Amino acid sequence: MTVEPASAAIKPAARISVVQGFTWLVLLLALGFYLMPVFVMVNNGLKEATNVSVSTMWNLPGQLTGGGFAEAARKLWPNMQNSVLMVVPATILSSLIGALNGYLLSKWKFRGADILFIVMLFGFFIPYQTILLPMVRFLQIIKLYGTLPGLVLVHVVYGLPITTLMFRNYFAGVPTELVEAACVDGAGIMTTFTRIMLPLSIPAFVVVAIFQFTNIWNDFLFGVIVVPNPSAQPITIALNNLSGNFSVDWNVVMAGALIAALPTALIYFLLGRFFIRGLLAGSVKG
Amino acid sequence: MSSSALTGSQAQRAATVLVPRRRSWLPERTQSFLLLLPSFVAIAIFVYVFIAMTLYVSISNWRTLKMDLSLGQPPYATYLSMFAQPRFQADLRNTLVFTILFMGLAVLIGLALAILLDRNLRGRAVFRNIFLFPYALSFVVTGVAWRWIFNPETGINLFFNILGINPLLSQFGLEPLKPGWTTDPTVWLQVNKVLAAVWPPAAGLRVQLGIPAAIIPVAIAAVWQLSGFVMAMYTGGMATISDEVRQAARIDGATEGEIYRHIIIPMLKPVTISIVVLLLHTSLKIFDLVFTMAGPGPGFATDVPAIFVFEQTFRATRYNLGSAAAIFMLVLSGLVIVPYLRHSLKEG
Repeated sequence: MTVEPASAAIKPAARISVVQGFTWLVLLLALGFYLMPVFVMVNNGLKEATNVSVSTMWNLPGQLTGGGFAEAARKLWPNMQNSVLMVVPATILSSLIGALNGYLLSKWKFRGADILFIVMLFGFFIPYQTILLPMVRFLQIIKLYGTLPGLVLVHVVYGLPITTLMFRNYFAGVPTELVEAACVDGAGIMTTFTRIMLPLSIPAFVVVAIFQFTNIWNDFLFGVIVVPNPSAQPITIALNNLSGNFSVDWNVVMAGALIAALPTALIYFLLGRFFIRGLLAGSVKG
Repeated sequence: MSSSALTGSQAQRAATVLVPRRRSWLPERTQSFLLLLPSFVAIAIFVYVFIAMTLYVSISNWRTLKMDLSLGQPPYATYLSMFAQPRFQADLRNTLVFTILFMGLAVLIGLALAILLDRNLRGRAVFRNIFLFPYALSFVVTGVAWRWIFNPETGINLFFNILGINPLLSQFGLEPLKPGWTTDPTVWLQVNKVLAAVWPPAAGLRVQLGIPAAIIPVAIAAVWQLSGFVMAMYTGGMATISDEVRQAARIDGATEGEIYRHIIIPMLKPVTISIVVLLLHTSLKIFDLVFTMAGPGPGFATDVPAIFVFEQTFRATRYNLGSAAAIFMLVLSGLVIVPYLRHSLKEG
């Protein structure tokens, strides 16, 4: 190959278009990789049980009907409800308590407050396998084992470290004079929180709530450990059971996967900006 | 927001006139502590007390449904038998191989995508949104979808027919290409003998050390889910680097490639550290994805410590063994997380 004259011969404009062509090629290949599983789910979820076959996974569905969606929705509907009943209270509670904690830890530091915070934050990073067995015993003792309220409790407690961190970082950027002024004016700690700081933190609240909603909706481990009864389980566990059940056609499984993904996917596409802020706030510590 | 800001400035003005007054007998710092106490107690129980209990179970004799909290003889007996188990040894091998594959690919792909999209390009936002999308999904959804894509009877394997590779092979009288993916028990590049020659105790290993073929599809699915996260982190980092830095380098005659290699990527080192620590942490405790996509696999080719803990504790009721593996996981992720937290909290 004669590389030398070739590179000399290519004009700057041509070289730019080579770079651009390469960029587009790589991006389109990547697009194929990222969309392929979504295509598999949509394509096969839309097929009828009669024409879904492993040998034709990549073929398009012949006619457009409901495919496996109706049956998947019927099978997963109770678990969808369980997920909603779990995720809504768990998200609101863990965000609210996290907001209070973050406010106290940034604006009303007592001696040892920073150490207390680090001690709490560590809870976010433990592999939950380390606490499962005692947690089950504890939930059995307080009679919440196998129930959705038990699951909510677990999600709230293990969500606190990260919600506290996110709000503490947010409130650290809010001028302390605001708190001092309110107090001089006669407002107590809690009044300042509910009247001034909480309304002020709405943008952060949205970010934290989306972060928590996504995490809790997508959880599998706590659900499968805390709730053994299939009819009381959240949707992620039901989806896994569906997928492992050989009497269920896999067009139904694919449709079910899409249904289980729908709420977080909607949040992602509708509120993407907050989603990314949560991702960055939840991962860049300190 | 604006109304509360107004309240603030009004309060400030009022402060010069009003005499400060206390509403409660307790000093505010004490109130603050008391308000935090419930959260703190909850974390103390759910994290620290529970960990202590698991630690205790791991050194006890409790290995059946009947609770037996007497101390093992010696107390670390369960740990010894755990490390001697072929299954647990396979878990360690799998975690190592998975971590290298998954982290290497996710960081490289994520960085490449961030750089490719770090310019004025039509549809840039659309690309970013699609690449990050899998991060919004549950590992269970990912596992279910990829399980079918890597099913030997369908998915990827169909392409060997569609693309004409298998018809061609059969013309030459060769076996058609049909990898078993997650069902393949093969372990490539076995190094047991080499390792034993260098380090004699390795001869006692009861697992084939090498690259289990079945772990590769799982790593690919994990890369699919998390490389967009890496891209988003790098994109966020690049946004904080001012254009002047690039301009100055361009004036000095640096090419675009050199700017990234010598300026941008070194400047992104803190982001890289965060990414590596978080991916490592994810990889060490990965459960949902492997559990739904492959399970323990043939000859434990896709087993990981988290599945080991789950099955020993909640299926086999070998509580001390499951707990020992859990404590081992905690130590492993502690080795990653504690220095990182220390570092980033010091800076913050």
